[in-house]
Amino acid sequence: MTKPMAGDSIEQTPVGKRASTGSRATFWLGAVVALGVVALILLGFFAAPEDDQQQDAVRMIFVHVPSAILTYIAFGATALGSVMWLWKRSVWWDLVAHSAAEIGVIFCGLTLATGSIWGRPTWNTYWDWGDVRLVTTLILFLIMVGYLSVRSMGDDDATATRAAVIGLIAAVNLPIVNRSVEWWFDRTLHQKSSLTDGNLEDLTLFTLVFGIVVWILFFAWAMIHRFRVGWLERELRSGDLDEAIAARRAEALIDSRPQNGASS
Amino acid sequence: MLSDVRLVAAKDLRIEYRSRVTVSQVVPFAGLVLVLFGFALDANPLVLQTATSGLFWVTVMFVAMMAVQRSTAIETNDGARRALLLAGIEPAAVFLGKLIAVAVQLLVVEVVLVAGVVVLYDARIESWALLLSTCLVATIGIAGAGSVLGALVAGVRARETVLPILLLPVLAPVLIGATRAFDDALGSVAVDGWAWLGLLAGFGAINVVLGAFAYGVLLEET
Amino acid sequence: MTHLGYLLVGWGLTIGSGVLYSVHLVRRGRTLAARVSTSRQRWMTADDQ
Repeated sequence: MTKPMAGDSIEQTPVGKRASTGSRATFWLGAVVALGVVALILLGFFAAPEDDQQQDAVRMIFVHVPSAILTYIAFGATALGSVMWLWKRSVWWDLVAHSAAEIGVIFCGLTLATGSIWGRPTWNTYWDWGDVRLVTTLILFLIMVGYLSVRSMGDDDATATRAAVIGLIAAVNLPIVNRSVEWWFDRTLHQKSSLTDGNLEDLTLFTLVFGIVVWILFFAWAMIHRFRVGWLERELRSGDLDEAIAARRAEALIDSRPQNGASS
Repeated sequence: MLSDVRLVAAKDLRIEYRSRVTVSQVVPFAGLVLVLFGFALDANPLVLQTATSGLFWVTVMFVAMMAVQRSTAIETNDGARRALLLAGIEPAAVFLGKLIAVAVQLLVVEVVLVAGVVVLYDARIESWALLLSTCLVATIGIAGAGSVLGALVAGVRARETVLPILLLPVLAPVLIGATRAFDDALGSVAVDGWAWLGLLAGFGAINVVLGAFAYGVLLEET
Repeated sequence: MTHLGYLLVGWGLTIGSGVLYSVHLVRRGRTLAARVSTSRQRWMTADDQ
């Protein structure tokens, strides 16, 4: 029997069991993402020009900005999923919320890390307390780590509700966080949005947009897998429950059978 | 509804008053933190004066953790959360009642802290109106966010350690806003403290409304 | 290339995290999928029947 791989059809896998959360579609999606990353590296390092002031440090933009954008997309999905769970008790949306939160925390951490690494050669500092986006993103990161922390403490509906409330609190408070930090100090080292002010050279802009697209595709790939992982965990949990109930019933049946074989 | 709020607030405060924990333990703790900061910052008057607002509100954050934990523990420890539901009191009323009780305890501590910073850090209060308003408004926001998160962690195993992880990032805007408002009230920095008070009021309003809604869900389902 | 060290750390961290997380996800998926019978694996799409 051949070794099961993601993307294999069912005939080659062990009887009665699917090999993984992968499928033909996710295999090809993953391949496209992998190729996209390679292309991004080539574009980012060799095709895009260096900046007048920052020189080559500007190449950090191609990993930093896509990560930031995906952070907001992911946490937006978590917020939406949280609302849908609280409103409709939709398991599907709850799984989306959890999956997006996990992936979002990774993107958020990367945003902070790449931003910090980028800041050192350009602003001469790893961190700036007076910057809106840095501090807001840090607070968001901390809140969502708390979300994952609560989620890890159980896997029942009560846990889903708790996490959904945290998601709601985060979503509702974020504009306030943003506003408060914006007012906190007027000065900011953080440049205005590169995409909207139109100051980017063509190739830089193209590479940046390309990077965002690759990141979005990766997000889709990871969401599908993570969603299915969550689904399987739920199935396992309810499966355990069903098995336990079936076992109890079987016991009850044995106990109630007449001992001496006489018909009742 | 209002009488229920009063009922719950009075119950919590009465329990608090009888156990005397706020007066005998929490207030001394708050004073101790101020003293410790004095030691840590080498009793340098200039540094202490600049840092007064921040130190004040960080201390309030620590005390808030304690107050919220104890507020939640009143029902959780004896399994009385179900009793609250069965008593037919609206969850929003329970929330508001507990919020008021926590806020009152925090305000008591803040009064002591103001005296503390005047004495220990040589704080000069330029605007009493701003100072007192900030204390009131910020405290309502802290008590609101704290009460709903307290209910959230009530059914969780490691709730003492989880609560700070959840509550402190949410309270970050309060820390920022209250500190800035205090800077203005103490005359140490030229900022518009009243504008910050507006932000604190916004935070308070949003979190009290959100808390009132979420409290019911949490009480019934977790 | 100027600032190459920073670039390598930044890009390396990003791509490395992505790869590690992806591997972790797929392995976790395989472990779980082996424990749940096929009939219960009703994905959101039926693209692999």
